Amino acid sequence: MNHDFETQLSRAGIDLPPLDLETLQVNITRLCNQQCRHCHVDASPARREMMSPAGIEKCLEILERHSRIANLDITGGAPELHPGFQTMVERARGLGKHVMVRHNLTVQLDPHPLTGASMAHLPGFFARQRVEVISSLPYYQQFFTDAQRGKGVFGKSIEAMRRLNAEGYGVEGSGLALNLVYNPVGPYLPPAQATLEADYKRELKDRFGVVFNALYTMANMPINRFRLHLKKSGQLEPYMDKLLAAFNPAAAEGVMCRSLISVGHDGRIYDCDFNQMLELQAADRDQRPLSIFDFDLERAIARPIRFGEHCLGCTAGAGSSCGGATA
Amino acid sequence: MSDYYQSEDLKKFGGIGQHAKALADDFFKYYTSATGTDGALSKREKALIALAVSHAMKCPYCIDAYTTQCLEVGANPEQMMEAVHVAAAMQAGITLVHSVQMQNHLEKLVL
Repeated sequence: MNHDFETQLSRAGIDLPPLDLETLQVNITRLCNQQCRHCHVDASPARREMMSPAGIEKCLEILERHSRIANLDITGGAPELHPGFQTMVERARGLGKHVMVRHNLTVQLDPHPLTGASMAHLPGFFARQRVEVISSLPYYQQFFTDAQRGKGVFGKSIEAMRRLNAEGYGVEGSGLALNLVYNPVGPYLPPAQATLEADYKRELKDRFGVVFNALYTMANMPINRFRLHLKKSGQLEPYMDKLLAAFNPAAAEGVMCRSLISVGHDGRIYDCDFNQMLELQAADRDQRPLSIFDFDLERAIARPIRFGEHCLGCTAGAGSSCGGATA
Repeated sequence: MSDYYQSEDLKKFGGIGQHAKALADDFFKYYTSATGTDGALSKREKALIALAVSHAMKCPYCIDAYTTQCLEVGANPEQMMEAVHVAAAMQAGITLVHSVQMQNHLEKLVL
């Protein structure tokens, strides 16, 4: 089958230019305390890529200069392991920005892979800065979670959620948002977001006494570590066929690259975190690559988005984005 | 003889209409309506029933398809395994309830 994404768009009569720039998503490090089997970043304790202090400064300058960029979405790796993480959060909050942290939960409990320092202060820090915490929890049961994220991860994730709950995260009326992310543990599509969210809420509350706000469902992108697994197990072609068969024009309209840019640790700009990992750097209409070091908002918004067959992952079924289903 | 039950053959299911298209169209319409929609039963409940039937009828295509379908409608492995136990228990019960017939006949034979 032809898995060309742009063919699907043209068949459906859809054009997807950027709409605006509301979110600056910054991948500040590929260092992680975990090594998940599906990770599109190929993050692990062995990775060393870190955004420089000059890069962080530039991101903050961009946020300060452009009030329409209301959100800073910090990701990794485990972004909390970057030495400049806390300063970046504090200063972005000082600028009045909404700050989201892609927090893998277990980083609270594991020692820093490079320094051995305790990271137990994170829930208190998040609460003081009133950041939105977005955490992967592939399932409300141990079996799938440990299969994907490593042995013992489920138990540690529950303990980390308890500590976040103790700071008010996920607790009604606190204003502190703890949102979870579900992704399938294999080559299949996520269940309906609302139904699964209800299951998660009931099961996590009843079995473990932990609470959260919303569940975001995301499909696995057929790139990097997950793609390799699919290839090795002979499931790549069937998975691509499945994504293609589930192409949903309504989900395509809501793809996140229309309102977000993704910044790599070296300051290069991409349309999304997946393009970043595939090194598909964004370029303006004149083919000049985009970077934070010569950032121009109008050039960025006028750029043509770069698509590839992996984009079928964001448009299958109810759609996938950093904020969950899009249709 | 070549092998039966190649997993890639499942993709050919749609081709059963080659020699009887109208009947195949009717079947697939009914099949989709019965199994793939939320009705008085949810899609999840229907998928679990279908998974149990797949095991009882020993259909490898259906077991693969409904294992995936169960996950895509949010069933968890405990629910899936319990559904298979329902199928297994029903089959055991069906076997055992026939022993009533055996006993009836035994009574007729015994003086």
